[in-house]
Amino acid sequence: MNRTVLDLWVGIFVAIGIAAVMFLALKVGNLSSAHLSNTYVLQAKFDNIGGLKVRGPVKSAGVVVGRISDITFDPATYEAVVTMNVDGRYQFPKDTFAAIYTAGLLGEQFIGFEVGGEEKMLKSGDVIKKTQSAVVLEKLISQFLFNKAADGQDTK
Amino acid sequence: MFNPLSLIRKLGHATVNRIWRLGFATRFLFAILKYSATSFRRLPLTLREIYFSGVLSLLIIVVSGLFVGMVLGLQGYETLQRYGSTEALGILVALSLTRELGPVVAGLLFASRAGSSVTAEIGLMKSTEQLKAMDMMAVDPIARVVAPRFWGGVISMPLLAALFSAMGVMGGWLVGVVFIGVDEGAFWAQMQAGVDFRYDIVNGVIKSFVFGIAVSLIAVFEGYDSAPTAEGVSRAITRTVVTSALAILALDFVLTSFMFRGTS
Repeated sequence: MNRTVLDLWVGIFVAIGIAAVMFLALKVGNLSSAHLSNTYVLQAKFDNIGGLKVRGPVKSAGVVVGRISDITFDPATYEAVVTMNVDGRYQFPKDTFAAIYTAGLLGEQFIGFEVGGEEKMLKSGDVIKKTQSAVVLEKLISQFLFNKAADGQDTK
Repeated sequence: MFNPLSLIRKLGHATVNRIWRLGFATRFLFAILKYSATSFRRLPLTLREIYFSGVLSLLIIVVSGLFVGMVLGLQGYETLQRYGSTEALGILVALSLTRELGPVVAGLLFASRAGSSVTAEIGLMKSTEQLKAMDMMAVDPIARVVAPRFWGGVISMPLLAALFSAMGVMGGWLVGVVFIGVDEGAFWAQMQAGVDFRYDIVNGVIKSFVFGIAVSLIAVFEGYDSAPTAEGVSRAITRTVVTSALAILALDFVLTSFMFRGTS
């Protein structure tokens, strides 16, 4: 086969292959959207993190502002310590409230920031003081059942 | 007459043979790597092999990728519909393709499409004593024949696997969004939220690269090692396809257990 034709075909092939990788990276993957360039680290302590996962999103007002980078257990206080990388473009007040929410009834869990009114902003390495643990469905159901049972006894 | 001693001897012979071939294949790989520099100096040889194993495999990869994606779209929708979460179709299709199906199915297709033809070519060259003739002319057959085919396969395989995954996602989109009517925004948004570039896509590319090395090595080795007869060449081709398929599936399990341990 002619050298130039061969080169052309190999060139087309490699270009298609690279285009496929770019398609996977930009359109299928999250390289374009959730690329956090300069981040700062925040920590929050929870009594119970439920099904929270590393790499899970941190949202404020529904917008992804960061990702969970690490989850460890603090043996001194028996609490879960969640470390987050938050986008450097966004600053949050000192009294921001971190809660664990669930997307939908059975969806993934994420940390939501409820912004407070303090003037001072959180800096890198700060620990968020006010947190709310994940809602554990079993606890909720058992509480509901206990209340029901108690009600039933009262009316007798 | 039944002779237990000869049975055990046969078992020993088969075992020693296997191990000897494995060692030979490993030394063969080192020989290829050693002569790669020589063969890269004549780049058109490798380009020609990329054409034969890569460009000519494009059609089968594109078409099967599209159909695998379409089937995933249909089956995924069928199951997800029961749980009322059809928007998750995008992430289901994308994750199963980039993590597993893309590299594995593209590898299997590549082994049967390109690997077998490489084995046939080298085997025939050996049986017609072209390799010996090259050796006589002080042209090293590993540098001239084997290394370009090996590298052609190694370079083509990740590109083909990525193309397979991309076409599969397009197929899933075609069935899910265009035919069935899953919400387009949710389809792509869930996919982009759930598929991580480093964790899912790069690991898939690494897998396909490893499969490319395995399939190419098996193909050139079986060709080079084939008995120089018509029957020997045909057996070598069969062995290429069978061994490649087994190697891909076994390596896939090993790589998956290292990459996706589900701890995160």
